[in-house]
Amino acid sequence: MYGKKVKFRALFIFLILVSIILAVILVVKSLEENVVYFKSPTDIRNLSEIKNSEKIRVGGMVKKDSIKINDKEIFFIITDFKNELLVTFNGSVPNLFEEGKGVVAEGKLRDKSFLTADKILAKHDENYMPPEVSEALKKN
Amino acid sequence: MINYFNPNNTLEIINKAQKYVFALFMIVLLLGLVEALILSPEDYKQSDSVRIMYVHVPSAWISLGIFSVISFLSFGVFIFKNKNFSLITKSLAPSGFVFSIIALVTGSIWGKPTWGTWWAWDARITSMLLLSIFYLMFIISWKITSEKTKAEKISSIIAIIGLINIPVIKFSVEWWNTLHQPASVNILEETTIHSSMLMPLAIMTAAFALFSLLIFLMKYNTELLKIKNKGLNRL
Repeated sequence: MYGKKVKFRALFIFLILVSIILAVILVVKSLEENVVYFKSPTDIRNLSEIKNSEKIRVGGMVKKDSIKINDKEIFFIITDFKNELLVTFNGSVPNLFEEGKGVVAEGKLRDKSFLTADKILAKHDENYMPPEVSEALKKN
Repeated sequence: MINYFNPNNTLEIINKAQKYVFALFMIVLLLGLVEALILSPEDYKQSDSVRIMYVHVPSAWISLGIFSVISFLSFGVFIFKNKNFSLITKSLAPSGFVFSIIALVTGSIWGKPTWGTWWAWDARITSMLLLSIFYLMFIISWKITSEKTKAEKISSIIAIIGLINIPVIKFSVEWWNTLHQPASVNILEETTIHSSMLMPLAIMTAAFALFSLLIFLMKYNTELLKIKNKGLNRL
């Protein structure tokens, strides 16, 4: 139905697409560590070794009633509901930093359950609603 | 039916359509802005910065949508040498590029007060930056190649390769840990935006779509006129 040239071009672009998709999958698989923005406390627990000099990002939920503030530092616990990690931070936290909400802490690991952070990012979830609705939900 | 797609007839239709699209765009934009800035409530957590979303999310959707259209038409350009498709893709690219930049900039403005940072190299944001780069390469490929057939070939290959990036952007928030939140508007699963906030989002999306259509018609019109005035390089 189609000429030889059309068939050739279709095959050519098909091969290009398939090879690039394969290349992308391979690259992303092997760089998985760099593609994920943060690790969970469980990932940290499963690390084979800890590099004290390297910066690392850990994310999860701020555990309920875990925030403690003294005049120098703020302490809190990041949890993924399987494992926990204690974080200390000396600086100001973003407005949305709150107990029971998502957080990403960047800093250096002291051991597998303790991180000294030098940057705290608040993670926002996918829920959007007016204050009245949120109040009503809390009452239920 | 075929006659509608004949560039000589379309020239007339496009000239008339531009005015109507512009009027409709102004009305929908006004409605959308009133909804987004005045009538819609503030968010329980982010308060007024939720209003950035009414620009950010539609821009991201439109830029993704336009790139997908360009990519699929590019198969026709590359394989079947369809000249009309190449004019359409060339005319679609600028508005898609601008919207991808708007999505990045508004996201950054929202990120500072919410996350506490202007920029993060997470999978969603990086793949979105890659989309802007693909748009830029597509546009530049038309500017720097003097020979038309060569430009068609190069630009369509760029668009087809860029198509791989589209599902990566969409699913990046599910495949990997990202700072960016997962999708709130879902077709198969529950939508997690309250209906009073979904309304302005929908209207703003319609407004931006109309704006893209308007810019597309203007660009396409110019491209057709260029060919007509030259009298050569006929479709």
